Amino acid sequence: MALFTLTVNGRQAQVECEGDTPLLYVLRNDLALNGPKYGCGLGQCGACTVLMEGQPIRSCITPVADVGETPVTTLEGIADGDKLHPLQTAFIEEQALQCGYCTNGMIMTAKALLDTEAYPDEASIKQALSTNLCRCGVHNRIVKAVRGAAQKMGQ
Amino acid sequence: MRKTGISRREFGIGFGTLVAAFSLEPVASLAQVVEGAAPVSFAKNGRLDAWIRVGADGAVTIFTGKAELGQGILTALSQIAAEELDLAIEQINIISADTTRGPDEGYTYGSQSIEQSGMALRVAGAQARAVLMAAAATRLNVAVETLSVERGSVRSQDGRQVSYAEIATGDPELLRRDVSSAVRVKKAADYKIVGKSVPRIDFPQKVTGEAAFLQDMRLPGMLFGRVVRPPRAGAQLLSFEEAAVRALPGVSTVVRKGSFLGVVAAREEQAIAAMQLLREISRWTEDGPRLPRSSNLPDELRKFAKEDVVVSDTGQGDAAGIVHQWVEASYSRPYLSQAAIGPSCAVAHFADGRMTVWSHTQGAFPLRGDLAKALQLPAERVDVIHMQGSGCYGHNGADDVALDAALLAIAVEGQPVKLQWMRDDEFIWSPSSPAMAMKARAGLSADGKIVDWQYELWSNTHATRPGQPGGLNLLASWYFDEPFHVSPPLKIPQPYGNGDRNAVPLYDLPRQRIVNHLLTDMPIRTGSLRTLGGHGNIYAIECFMDELAMAAGRDPVEFRLAHLSDPRGRAVIEAAATKAGWAPNSRSDGRHGRGFAYARYKNISTFAAVVVDVDVDPSSGAVRVLKAVAAIDVGQIINPDGVISQTEGGLIQGISWALKEQIMFDERAVTSRDWADYPILTFDEAPEIEVVLIDRPNEPSIGAGEGSVGPASAALANALAHATGRRVRDLPLTSNRIYKGRIG
Ligand code: FES
Ligand code: FES
Repeated sequence: MALFTLTVNGRQAQVECEGDTPLLYVLRNDLALNGPKYGCGLGQCGACTVLMEGQPIRSCITPVADVGETPVTTLEGIADGDKLHPLQTAFIEEQALQCGYCTNGMIMTAKALLDTEAYPDEASIKQALSTNLCRCGVHNRIVKAVRGAAQKMGQ
Repeated sequence: MRKTGISRREFGIGFGTLVAAFSLEPVASLAQVVEGAAPVSFAKNGRLDAWIRVGADGAVTIFTGKAELGQGILTALSQIAAEELDLAIEQINIISADTTRGPDEGYTYGSQSIEQSGMALRVAGAQARAVLMAAAATRLNVAVETLSVERGSVRSQDGRQVSYAEIATGDPELLRRDVSSAVRVKKAADYKIVGKSVPRIDFPQKVTGEAAFLQDMRLPGMLFGRVVRPPRAGAQLLSFEEAAVRALPGVSTVVRKGSFLGVVAAREEQAIAAMQLLREISRWTEDGPRLPRSSNLPDELRKFAKEDVVVSDTGQGDAAGIVHQWVEASYSRPYLSQAAIGPSCAVAHFADGRMTVWSHTQGAFPLRGDLAKALQLPAERVDVIHMQGSGCYGHNGADDVALDAALLAIAVEGQPVKLQWMRDDEFIWSPSSPAMAMKARAGLSADGKIVDWQYELWSNTHATRPGQPGGLNLLASWYFDEPFHVSPPLKIPQPYGNGDRNAVPLYDLPRQRIVNHLLTDMPIRTGSLRTLGGHGNIYAIECFMDELAMAAGRDPVEFRLAHLSDPRGRAVIEAAATKAGWAPNSRSDGRHGRGFAYARYKNISTFAAVVVDVDVDPSSGAVRVLKAVAAIDVGQIINPDGVISQTEGGLIQGISWALKEQIMFDERAVTSRDWADYPILTFDEAPEIEVVLIDRPNEPSIGAGEGSVGPASAALANALAHATGRRVRDLPLTSNRIYKGRIG
């Protein structure tokens, strides 16, 4: 066991665990965050996505020891106080979820995209989300929500 | 499961509107004959306050035995209750599927929740409103007809007001009475909330990361569990070195009960590490069934032991029309997986001789019964409380993991245990949807009419849920020293059906013989997935209709209409064809194809017609699904956007199943362990979708969750046959098969 100091959603937190513990379990179980979800533990589905320095990473295969000082952002950390992030609003507006289990990964991956590309076209959105799985079949609504959010953010 | 003297279809006739039906017959007498409809929900839950309670703060709590599976049922039920009670939807709290305080409404499946719970809440809501209004009239000393109500606030003509909360606080006994069906429910024309696209009530938490799922549940002192399944089904545990596992950091205990093996640890990753070590060091027998050869699955299925059931046999004695040509074809589909994104999860807590399990089961009450038997506890000492899990499309691992967690919780009495299955646990051990083989043969007259129809199907049971008679349907219990066994295959009468769901086409086929070969060997564990056998049968029947149309030289849409007199069926076919701009008898350019399919789910539920457009690369067989158009009739629509979303999801899933999905296995074990072995449709493969809704405000509401799945698969297959000029009949329709089909 070792002590790790993480910066998550702008706050520092200390956790004691083995260095090879996947970040996902630290976020969910030590920091009581619900956004990142366990889907496969293999980096295949995207449910566990969080941002490290703005880049989407799969927290299920990221050892906590590799995080170091890099700031981590989860779904809980993207709203601006009480004001939801435009992606969150757009997902509600388009009703772009059914069960919502994949939603964390969709929003976090889309956020990373929109932060680097203001007006992605449909093809780039689908490309960015191509390894995020959704079983309920709300793909088209998600793409629409991301486009809607992009427009709002550009205004 | 359903021992009824009368089918829902017959019940539906003359059912007309709710008011008429409920005022015509007392609830009890209906309940005796129709298990599965709203009156049954009343029969088991006859108190009004079992359904509706008014709090002192004005919040109204409604109770349902149905569970949110991701389909939006809690929103739709809240709409119905808010409508009848004249409340705003945000004034409603909803409690669902909870054995400690909810009504028992059996399972949430078969798209029946709106019919059952919706109907119960509609009538209970109307009754509660009437009771509250009568009390308000007394309080305000005016005639009840002179009162108006909005957002739970009752107002007299002279402007005095009293709220539901004040009324209920003044007389806490008010809603403690029997439900009554002698109430007037609102007319569809007066609806303000029902029929509107009300946003889902559970979405705000889900986009912000508030606790919304069972997976997000944390209890004080909670430990984490994992289970170690055998290397193959049926293998028995010989030995393992417990000390090595106990020595790992954080491990609280190792649990062995017969060949059930699990661990509990302080931290989740510690439980996983212990599970991995146990997997490596445990030794197992070679027991277990030999699995069928996957390379030749349809033939293998036909060799299984079986019971034959004649599903339909009509017109055999009549003079048959003269057959001008016979057409015959065989179809198949492989074993399919639920493939939810989140593996199944449970939290269990055993304290003071009581077991409480939080579960995303589809049947809290039936699960309680089976858990009690497996744990040898009286049912009153077991509670099951529903919390949402990942999207649920059928019988996944929810019930099994509930028993797993309960077994671990007993070993650490007093401390709650959370257990989420690993990805491979879910793929390998949750019930799979049976592989099916279908064979169709039909005689066409000289003028292109079907004059004889013969159809057979081979399938394992699609129903192995907890609570079924003759067994105990929880995985771990089959590995106890004194093992329980799975229930025998269930014969579910038409029109519901098991593997034979939708095996009887609703086309006008006066002479038909339909046989279900219910397979009794079950080398691979099977269970319910969205539509049960409906998917395989609709796929086969609708492909065969295209093959018949072709043999008769007729356009597929026109050929279907020529054999269909049901006006609602015709309406969806015409609506889908119009929306898609169907051009009769169009020819493919060898690359683009367009396919059609139609079905009425369960023959008594959703009407759906689907048009699919594809593009096939002639050199590689690579398929792109360009577009899917669906026309849907679910009777009265409670939430239009909810119906559209369910339909879109069904189309995507139906296309995914048909194009990509099959559980892989070798002679001994399932080998599909993760998403690389079981790919599903991705963003770049999802087609553009358009959905047309046909609203029938005067028809009963029927669930929307399952209607589009079968037609989507069939329309896709028909589009591919249209594009390439060759038909692939065995699912999945991989490029490999399509390519071979072209050059072979
Ligand atoms: S849970 Fe991390 S990618 Fe699936
Ligand atoms: S909304 Fe259920 S998995 Fe995407």
